[in-house]
Amino acid sequence: MKSRKSKLFGAIAIAASIALTATGCSSDEGGNASGQVEVFSWWTGGGEEAGLNALVEVFKQEYPDVEFVNAAVAGGAGTNARAVLATRLQAGEAPDSFQGHAGAELMDYITAGQLEDLSFLYDEEGWRDVMPATLLPLITVDGKIYSVPVNIHRANVMWANPKVLADNGITIPGSWDEFFAAADKLKAAGVTPLALGEQWTQLHLFETVLLGVLGTDAYNGLWDGSTGWDSAEVKGALDTFKRVLTYTNSDAASLSWQDASKLVIDGKAAFNIMGDWAEGYFRVDNSLVEQEGYTWAPAPGTAGTFQFLSDSFTLPVGAKNRDAAIAWLKVAGSSAGQDAFNVKKGSIPARSDADKAIYPPYLQSAMDDWGSNEIAGSLTHGVTASNAWKAEIDTALGLFLQNKDVAKFQAALATAAANAGK
Amino acid sequence: MKRAKDWMPGLLLTAPSLIALAVFVYGFIGWNFRISLTDWKALSPDFNFIGLKNYRDLLVDERFKIDIKNSLIFTVVFMVACLLLGLLLAILLDQKLKFEGLFRSVYLLPMAISFIVTGVVWRWLMNPATDDRISGINLLFTKVGLDPLVNQWHLTPNWGMAGIALPAVWQMAGYTMALFLAGIRSIPEEIREAARVDGASEWRIYRHVILPQLRPIALSAIVILGHISLKVFDLIIAIAGKQLALDVPAIYMWQTSFDAYNFGKGATLATYILFSVAIVIVPYLIFTMRQERKS
Repeated sequence: MKSRKSKLFGAIAIAASIALTATGCSSDEGGNASGQVEVFSWWTGGGEEAGLNALVEVFKQEYPDVEFVNAAVAGGAGTNARAVLATRLQAGEAPDSFQGHAGAELMDYITAGQLEDLSFLYDEEGWRDVMPATLLPLITVDGKIYSVPVNIHRANVMWANPKVLADNGITIPGSWDEFFAAADKLKAAGVTPLALGEQWTQLHLFETVLLGVLGTDAYNGLWDGSTGWDSAEVKGALDTFKRVLTYTNSDAASLSWQDASKLVIDGKAAFNIMGDWAEGYFRVDNSLVEQEGYTWAPAPGTAGTFQFLSDSFTLPVGAKNRDAAIAWLKVAGSSAGQDAFNVKKGSIPARSDADKAIYPPYLQSAMDDWGSNEIAGSLTHGVTASNAWKAEIDTALGLFLQNKDVAKFQAALATAAANAGK
Repeated sequence: MKRAKDWMPGLLLTAPSLIALAVFVYGFIGWNFRISLTDWKALSPDFNFIGLKNYRDLLVDERFKIDIKNSLIFTVVFMVACLLLGLLLAILLDQKLKFEGLFRSVYLLPMAISFIVTGVVWRWLMNPATDDRISGINLLFTKVGLDPLVNQWHLTPNWGMAGIALPAVWQMAGYTMALFLAGIRSIPEEIREAARVDGASEWRIYRHVILPQLRPIALSAIVILGHISLKVFDLIIAIAGKQLALDVPAIYMWQTSFDAYNFGKGATLATYILFSVAIVIVPYLIFTMRQERKS
């Protein structure tokens, strides 16, 4: 514990010194920012809040004259925050910078003309060379870049309890067929094969099943219209999903994602599919050691693919403290800021020039995969579908969970895609 | 026509609240209705008039059907249980108990708690986990040998809303009791005495003397409970979050407006909620106005 802390302090100290030299050389508008900066996010607890605080620390050292105002609204994946944000934007009371998932989710704000073009920052700070080429198109419209990504999470991870695996003589399945074989064994042994939580975690499971059954190209095609939602392959994925649900705990709807992960930790369930923010829950909140208390692999059928989501910060049109907001964005996009933030948050930095050594083993492996794998976007976390489209898919899924009617589900998904213009 | 001197001061004194009501209640109801006639589907306003299309679409919307079913189940279970339990508690408290004041406070106290807090506590009490993870009320059942009573509570297929109604009943039954108790106490003791002199049993006194006089109280209680149940939102969010099995129009409206930014459809759902509450309240308002005119 102590060594990790001192490492972190070290990281922050290095970060701060880099930051100081950086401000020393640049004599641009952001350097003499003062006043306030109000930053809106949904990071209010656990590693997320710790990450935000670390980033704020770096910001304060670099811009001591700016007062940081934390306008965070609690609620996982921004479920409550977005409602507050929409109201504020419509009322012309935009925060100075707000968090949003890079991709289709931010597109709603971009097309509504509520975000400022940040291309100038990319040029000034040299971010075009260090931000991943796969990510930039998702936040670019007509050649203008509209947000600053700070991190990357992986969605398609299957977590497992090594002891349960050993006791039952199984390994993490590489495909859904292998999963079913292992799951039958587990069921016979009285262990829940797959731990599942409330509805959004079921949507999360659904997208990893789609990716695992369809493959990366066909999955990516779902979102640009080149794979038909009414096709036979999608039906196959839906059938698989229906079967997967029969291997889950019956009280899923009453569990949060942490509750579901806890079932795996306690050995009451063997597997859980959740984004890699769960790693922090295993390692930090429950003080487990990797490969002893928990282990992981890509979700079945998705080896070699990195299904990602990315948080990013924006500059809303009409921000009251524009200079301070630009200063904030510079810190959020700097390698010092990103390293301070991501080690705590438990995600990998969006920048490709991070100091890999300061990250824990899981994140190091994720960095390797991000660099080498094929890339697919996450539906649940705002990369692939607009808010409206995602809401329709979520409703279709909710109805399916009620009636378990695959044909109806597929028809509803096809309608949702048509409504979204795909 | 009265002289201005008579009515002017009254009007001037009520004017601020009248204006506030006109703008913030009726003005916004009108604004909401206007939005419900548009296909505003983005963050920035788009008042493209599409007539009643949103309303027609909702009639064939599968999720909306579930919402109405859930709303009805919740309303019926909640109101019937509150009224019966409230009446029973009121009659029991009417028996000249020792510590009556204490009991009254104990039963009334849950009302002081917000639905969010009630929801969080009952979420733990109604834990639907089974076998070795069993907890909450289910655990209590197994400890005292009532295993057959162990159930899935709000996750019971089709009838989950009845489970959601339980905490609401816990919270509001005491309030209903207070209403009924006030009603019972307002009936003059002489009437009961007269019935006793005529040889009526206590049961018959309640059945034929007290209950009929509680009718106006029951009506007020129905209206108060009815509009709570038709608008229920926070309790469900606290217990179950947003999932379709336990969806009601208010949650659908919230998700449509603020998750999907489909404000036209969201406004349509809001109008529906307003109408369903109006169906309960308007007849009551007409009834009380007539009563007042009579007296």
